[in-house]
Amino acid sequence: MHIMEGFLSLEWSIFWYLLSVPVVIYGIFRIKKITQEFPESKPLLAVSGAFMFVLSALKLPSVTGSCSHPTGNGLGGILFGPAVASVLATLVLIFQALLLAHGGISTLGANIFSMGIIGPLFAWLIYRGSQNAGLSLAISVFLAAFFGNLMTYVTTALQLSLAFPLPSFGAALSNFMLIFAVTQIPLAIAEGLLTVVIIEKIIQIRPDIFERLNIFKIKSVEDPIIEASK
Amino acid sequence: METRHIIMLITVAIIAIIPLALYGGLGEDDGYFGGADGAAAEAVEETGYKPWFEPLWEPPSGEIESLFFSLQAAIGALIIGYFFGYYIGKGKKKDPITNLKYKTGDFE
Repeated sequence: MHIMEGFLSLEWSIFWYLLSVPVVIYGIFRIKKITQEFPESKPLLAVSGAFMFVLSALKLPSVTGSCSHPTGNGLGGILFGPAVASVLATLVLIFQALLLAHGGISTLGANIFSMGIIGPLFAWLIYRGSQNAGLSLAISVFLAAFFGNLMTYVTTALQLSLAFPLPSFGAALSNFMLIFAVTQIPLAIAEGLLTVVIIEKIIQIRPDIFERLNIFKIKSVEDPIIEASK
Repeated sequence: METRHIIMLITVAIIAIIPLALYGGLGEDDGYFGGADGAAAEAVEETGYKPWFEPLWEPPSGEIESLFFSLQAAIGALIIGYFFGYYIGKGKKKDPITNLKYKTGDFE
């Protein structure tokens, strides 16, 4: 999903920075707030970031014959929401841009937007939706991480098609979708499974933190006191 | 570790192995197992676009690149292992605030 250094025009680079930077700044405030209210959530935050570090370092072969990598952005998205996940993704992407020449500083905004914002946003929404629909935790987490991963790559394909609509936007999109999204499907399944394993392990060792984080997020929607006072 | 987790991890391994078996004997020179990022960059260059900005620093060889990739994975794995180990160890004691024992039993 990395758009390489210099592969977006200056205008598009600035455009994606303008969309991503406010979310990352908001994410930093969210991290401050969450860790103040629940200091116990700090290790989970570290594990979410670390999970992204590990998974995005694992380049896996896919059935299309090319290699790509999972993103690890589903875990942070599910636990903390997209804004916090965008901060974690920023750290990973800066590491990769500076030390690995994967992605780049000019394309950092665009890459944060796909891996740090849209992916975790879908993961977060799908997890909430699946839980509200009464699906089991494992299925909800799997779907969330699967789509978090896939939507990251769909976003990259869209970003490149917007920047290079040649010969037409549609033709460019199908080309980039073939390169990114199709390759990604088996890897998204792998990421879904890995995310289920790590979340179930977290619940097993610290059910208290997970419940508190979860309650914290669901509160605004389902708190019976708030509902009754309306 | 529960059986279902082991099955899930084995499935992940199978997902990675299938393409290796499917395209066995083929390599990068035949157009296989290259990076999707690179393929996208090639598709962009085919439109006649010239990148306007070069990476500030590039790993000088594949060896150095793999050094930083393994460093990245190691940092992540270290943090995950540290906290999991810490809480599993701590789980054998009581929580000082609630005075309840942390649950460390099976997830099911």
